[in-house]
Amino acid sequence: MIQAVHISKHFSGHTALNDVSLHIPKGSLYGLLGPNGAGKTTFLRILNQIIEPDSGHVLFDGRPLQRKDIAHIGYLPEERGLYKKMAVGEQALYLARLKGLTRAEAKNRLKYWFEKLEIDGWWDKRVEELSKGMAQKIQFVTTVLHQPDVLIFDEPFSGFDPIAAQQIRNEMLALHQAGTTILFSTHRMESVEEMCTHIALINQSRKVLDGSVGDIIRSHRTHTYRITYRTSHDGPMPPEAFSPFVVLSDESLPLGAWQPGRIAHVQLPKEAGLNALLPSLILNAEVLSAEEIVPSMNTIFIQTVQG
Amino acid sequence: MNPLWIVAHREFTTRVRKRSFLIMTILGPVFFGLLLVVPALLTQIPEGSKKLLVVDHSFLLTGERGVEGASFQFLEPTDSALSQGKAILQSNSEWDGLLYLPSTENGDPDIILRSGKLFATTDLSLALEESIESLLEQKAYEQKLRLAGVDPSIVKQSESFANITTVEFGEKGREQASATGLKMALGLAGGFFVYIFVFLYATQIMRGVIEEKTSRIVEVIISSVKPFQLMLGKIIGIAGVGFLQFFIWVGLSGVLYVVLSSTLLSGTLDPSPVESLQTQAGQSHAVGLEVITAMQSIDFPLILSAFLFYFIGGYLLYGALFAAVGSAVDAEADTQQFMLPLTLPLILSIIVATKVMESPGSPLSFWFSIIPFTSPVVMMIRLPFGVPAWELALSMSLLVLGFLGTTWIAARVYRIGILLYGKKLTYKELWKWIRSSQ
Repeated sequence: MIQAVHISKHFSGHTALNDVSLHIPKGSLYGLLGPNGAGKTTFLRILNQIIEPDSGHVLFDGRPLQRKDIAHIGYLPEERGLYKKMAVGEQALYLARLKGLTRAEAKNRLKYWFEKLEIDGWWDKRVEELSKGMAQKIQFVTTVLHQPDVLIFDEPFSGFDPIAAQQIRNEMLALHQAGTTILFSTHRMESVEEMCTHIALINQSRKVLDGSVGDIIRSHRTHTYRITYRTSHDGPMPPEAFSPFVVLSDESLPLGAWQPGRIAHVQLPKEAGLNALLPSLILNAEVLSAEEIVPSMNTIFIQTVQG
Repeated sequence: MNPLWIVAHREFTTRVRKRSFLIMTILGPVFFGLLLVVPALLTQIPEGSKKLLVVDHSFLLTGERGVEGASFQFLEPTDSALSQGKAILQSNSEWDGLLYLPSTENGDPDIILRSGKLFATTDLSLALEESIESLLEQKAYEQKLRLAGVDPSIVKQSESFANITTVEFGEKGREQASATGLKMALGLAGGFFVYIFVFLYATQIMRGVIEEKTSRIVEVIISSVKPFQLMLGKIIGIAGVGFLQFFIWVGLSGVLYVVLSSTLLSGTLDPSPVESLQTQAGQSHAVGLEVITAMQSIDFPLILSAFLFYFIGGYLLYGALFAAVGSAVDAEADTQQFMLPLTLPLILSIIVATKVMESPGSPLSFWFSIIPFTSPVVMMIRLPFGVPAWELALSMSLLVLGFLGTTWIAARVYRIGILLYGKKLTYKELWKWIRSSQ
């Protein structure tokens, strides 16, 4: 859907993006991850044609991105707000018309959304009378109103309380289900992997990693498993029981655990699965749990950046 | 619809619908009306007449009853008259002061005037002091004539007044009566209104830009329209507000003026600033007829269209720069450092206004009316006096170039500035923005 090709962008004194290439597939829910100041916002602004790259180009649906494509993109920037003195309905109409909708079209769709979100009583209210959460609902509506093929959110969860953030997340997932391509940035890497289909990691103006979440995790798995068990004598399992797998650690469960037992970390050879280990474990102890330790995005990020 | 017009339309309608617009639009002409009428009324209010005691040992003022604003009461010029007079002044609040003129041995009026004193118990106005002084000067003058053996009445008879009517001998050989006073008034009014309007509406642009930045809506909008379109749309929209307000004001001011002058002031005085200026210009005779003939000598269509041109030109020139300033700061309080150099030429053009009126053809007038930053105000002042066509054309084309230039500069600052938060800017950085391609 969107392809960024060798994008570089310099501001006076520093480089915001250094040769970044990304492919955002149609229908994906794409997470752009990276610490503050990595260059995420600059990248999103380039996609929205707010600024131009120094070098490189962007393809939209396979052809060079053009001014008219803004009608197919919805953008909710990190620094987002509304005219405080303007009435809600009028303001939503204004923003919709700037996106190319006619007045009548915009009015119809707004009516639908206002009813759906149960905010139809707000039409004549001034924005300054609304709470922050209410204003954010309006911003969300105005971003999606022109039914864009691509939605771009810059730090959509920042500044939200957990419940509101969850609502936004649900709306994003619903739009994703409906086939909209969604690209969003966040500097909080936890809990993003389970909602994204694809991610890219940006650090210090460079792309360090990108691809589908499955691929990334698969390529970063260490084949380490966490196994909790209890032997009849409450002691450790004989080391040969794990053979030929490498035992990284084997300790008692902490005192606070609800049942006595031990916890072991073992590393399996790449081609082996958990099933190869279980028979010998079952012979020696009662297996309480066994699971693969899947690296979190945070871990992968730190590994990638440091390694 | 072109997004530029959608932006301009919003800027226009939101402002026009504001209560403050309605209030300003109604109060504006009232204010202007008062501005025209109140000074005229105030000058008509007679100041309470003062009462002065006079101890005149020189007999210079003998026979004088007083001056405008004060009446004299002479005390017998005995040796103790001064101390008596002072005692009266202290004990009796009826008296406002004491004028004391000593005697001299040879009666030299200069010495008398130099050693004369005015003891005042209340504030005596500068005007009163001046009229007493001029009376004394007049008396001293007559005294000197008499000492020289000349009869003052002969001198009086031999005085004559000249009142030459300046006639503009036009290129076409047409003779037109010129009325400097009327032209001065017209020029000053034109220049002043351009100044006020440019300031008023350019500041509104700046406020609007700051509002968009502080409310954080600007990035949402420029994902739909180009920053330049947003800036230009704002400038156009606010210009529309300005025009609407201006035309309403002109209409209402006219109505109000007519009503006021026909009811409040009927017959007692003519409050027209045109005439009061003319009086100052020394043409107090036969004003009515001269004004009418002079009016015919002034090219009103030219002045009106020039007014619109210079208002738009000045507004665009300064408006773009004000927009750039608004984009570069986070709050209105931070605008000071950038505003001063911007407003300086505008203020300067008002400061030189009197000089320009005194000699509309001087090099100062010429340059100030050619340079785009001052030409909107100064050319308006010069125009009623007649400006060569080539100068007007040069001034106008430079103004067009000027606002194209400032708009270009402003756009470069604007598109970077609006996306920047929480940073104190320096001129060095601004310069970098102007030079950078993106």
